Amino acid sequence: MPSNKPDTFQAEVETSPARRSATRQSIYLYIAAALLSLVGLADSIYLTVEHLAGRSVQCTITSGCEEVLTSTYATISGLPLAGVGAAAYFIVFSLAILAAFGNRRTGDFLFYVVALMLAVSLYLFALQAFVLHAFCQFCLLSGAVTLLLSLVVAVERFYFKRK
Amino acid sequence: MKRYLPLIIIVGVLSVALGAGVTLWRSSKRANSNTQPFTQSTPSPPAASPAASASATPNQIPVSQPGQLGIARVHERGGTDAKVTLEEYGDYQCPPCGMLFHDLKTIEKEYGSQLRFIFRHFPLQGHKHAVTAAHAAEAAGLQGRFWEMHDMIYQNQLSWSPADDARPVFIQYARNLNLDVDRFTRDMDSADVAQRVTADYERGVSLSVPGTPTIFINGRQVNPNAYTPDGLRTAIDFMLGNKK
Repeated sequence: MPSNKPDTFQAEVETSPARRSATRQSIYLYIAAALLSLVGLADSIYLTVEHLAGRSVQCTITSGCEEVLTSTYATISGLPLAGVGAAAYFIVFSLAILAAFGNRRTGDFLFYVVALMLAVSLYLFALQAFVLHAFCQFCLLSGAVTLLLSLVVAVERFYFKRK
Repeated sequence: MKRYLPLIIIVGVLSVALGAGVTLWRSSKRANSNTQPFTQSTPSPPAASPAASASATPNQIPVSQPGQLGIARVHERGGTDAKVTLEEYGDYQCPPCGMLFHDLKTIEKEYGSQLRFIFRHFPLQGHKHAVTAAHAAEAAGLQGRFWEMHDMIYQNQLSWSPADDARPVFIQYARNLNLDVDRFTRDMDSADVAQRVTADYERGVSLSVPGTPTIFINGRQVNPNAYTPDGLRTAIDFMLGNKK
């Protein structure tokens, strides 16, 4: 008696073109997230090293690097905040690479990590704007990277996953 | 192989990141690798500068008297005949200057009459209240209270620095110091006070002052790495030892 099982199995393996396209788009988005996180990682490493070396970072576009990077908000219990940022960007890079290679769980985890980073970035931006009244270009770059990361991750999660 | 590819990429990026960090750290340290308290070369001010020409050696710099503004005269405290003169080029709104202020107070207290401390204005363009603060200190100096205003401005740097308009804050400080506020306000806007601040700045430029804070001890530029209590002690002791 012929069975339908092979057909069913075949149907599961051969996904629709739209589904394949969505998967490919997700991979591209995860790669984009990984590349963006490298920009944030480089920025954070630079700020961390300059902080640990005790050198003052000079702004070339904005004028508040000194004020922001020597403020009390630049460290957490003596640990440079930029170092925490570097660790976060590395985690994002790792998760994005793993997700790009098909690990779904890391994709979900990546979404929550980036959401947390966005919240922290918004808080730090508000500190610069309303408390310190000074902007540090390297901090703004980090904020912009996190914002773009959030967009990329949100598009992947809410747009392509549903297709 | 493909199974391990993401891990290889992650470990590779981690290695590159750590390597870049270490390289940056080393180059940063190499730039300041001079362990001597003083920088290698200390340029001499050109004689063409009126402010500079009035101070061939640090211990011969004319001193400002209360109520006196003379362009080449400086604000000093500590031992007037001290063997060691520490001259700071500072910006009232620069955060590292604000931090150094507390270290310098400690050093001044420790060395007492052995140290002569001179402050020079070097307001930076990026700090919007720096010039106003320098004018406030000079205006207070015209009523004999330069150092009181100087200390008050630095001690409260974090409170007035973010303000949109710091001028009313300085006027309040003048009131707290029991100064003639009307005169103080007039003096803050006077051309003489502006010229006095500019003279300090120009002297700093003539000495190739790279930024703030910059410290000279007996005319020798101190290595920025030594802008700590221990570093300054080493530099001052070095000079005291040389003079013995």
